[in-house]
Amino acid sequence: MGGYFKEIFDGAHSLVAGMGVTLKYLFQPVVTEQYPHVAPTMPDRFRGHIELVASEETGGTLCIVCGMCQKACPSGCITVAGEKVEGVKGKVLTKYELDFTKCSLCGICVESCNPGAITFSKDYNLAGLRKEAFIYDLKKRLEERKR
Amino acid sequence: MNPEIVRVLGYIVAIIAFVALNAAMLVWMERKVAGHIQRRIGPKEVGPFGLLQSFADGIKLMTKQLIVPEGADVPLFKVAPMLVMIPAVMCFVTIPFSEQLAARNINVGLLLIFAIASINVFALLLGGWASHNKYAVISAARAVSQNVAYEIPMLITAITVVMFTGTMNLNEIVMGQAGGFWHWNILPIAKNVGMVVLMPVSFLIFFICSMAETNRAPFDLGEAESELVAGFHTEYAGMGFGLFFLGEYANVFIGCSLAVILFLGGWQCPFGLFPGVHWFLLKVYFLIFVVMWARWTFPRTTFYGLLNLSWKILIPVSLFNLVLTGAFIKVF
Repeated sequence: MGGYFKEIFDGAHSLVAGMGVTLKYLFQPVVTEQYPHVAPTMPDRFRGHIELVASEETGGTLCIVCGMCQKACPSGCITVAGEKVEGVKGKVLTKYELDFTKCSLCGICVESCNPGAITFSKDYNLAGLRKEAFIYDLKKRLEERKR
Repeated sequence: MNPEIVRVLGYIVAIIAFVALNAAMLVWMERKVAGHIQRRIGPKEVGPFGLLQSFADGIKLMTKQLIVPEGADVPLFKVAPMLVMIPAVMCFVTIPFSEQLAARNINVGLLLIFAIASINVFALLLGGWASHNKYAVISAARAVSQNVAYEIPMLITAITVVMFTGTMNLNEIVMGQAGGFWHWNILPIAKNVGMVVLMPVSFLIFFICSMAETNRAPFDLGEAESELVAGFHTEYAGMGFGLFFLGEYANVFIGCSLAVILFLGGWQCPFGLFPGVHWFLLKVYFLIFVVMWARWTFPRTTFYGLLNLSWKILIPVSLFNLVLTGAFIKVF
């Protein structure tokens, strides 16, 4: 008989305690991100597709066209090309193409880049109607950013 | 024109409008409460604070076709949603919103509400049976056994109140609680000291039972969406489902308003000032908030847990409560 009443009181107590928990949550601020209305800030280590780093002095690329990223990429989605220009030491980047349809965001290219010319972008709004939309010309993007 | 007919028609239109508006606002409130308890926002896009969301949903429901599934019992299938709605609307006839604002002041108002409200179960059973769907039938059977189990303690506690107040007229029950919260039936310090211990128990039993009677979580075994799709209204589309939904919210309102009338002083003010319909609505919507709060706190009970709670705890306690109430009324 004692167990019967104990069960009722213990049960009632746990129910009231549960109601207390939800009441506390009811008055706490909401954590919903209003995504299309408010753009979320991406964390520092967010991995978007890669992007060329702009040089602080010239605003141009830091890339020396060594081709290490192209070699390191396991999916073969990077194409780098450069040419010799009169009066400039080393090669000059003419084309840096990323085929994002194949990229798995592993980041080996970023690790392999000696001059630190590539980094992860913070782009997350990636949508396109056709496959070609995901083949990025990173050199052109860098120039557009400069402007 | 006969003024009596005008009065009746006026009340019918007002009650149906109130039931629909009440359901729309309660759906909005439910979604807001659910959202904020889970630290979400809830509806916010349609209208200010998402207030027009339920109306948009209502328009959507009304434009849908009422599909009758193959093998269904067509007349019963079509009658069931109406049978849910009719008792829900009829119950409003006797509920006194304020001293003047009651469609009909009936001497056996309490009895009438219990009598009519029990038709609701019948409608759920018909709807589930006529759907020709195994989930609907299981759900209907569950809803019936649950309602049978919880009707008993609910009626017994209602008897304790009737013994205490000496009337079944809802208007008179509320009038008897005039003059401040110390006169209310839940804590009648001013009237009968002995009842101070018993009445809160009665209130709790009554409130739990009304939650179970209206198939609200944590007693929503009839709907149990994780096991039974949507329970008895699985096969209903459009306004067929809409009527079940309206009926559910109307029943929640009736359950809470009965609790308010019997225990919390109806339209009376807690401090004896300016009694009126605003106090009644305030108390009812507070109780409805508690019902929603409970829904978003507790998980669904098991079926055995549900029946055990009724047969092993609520019925013995309410019977004991009834006997003690009789004794206390005699002694004090």
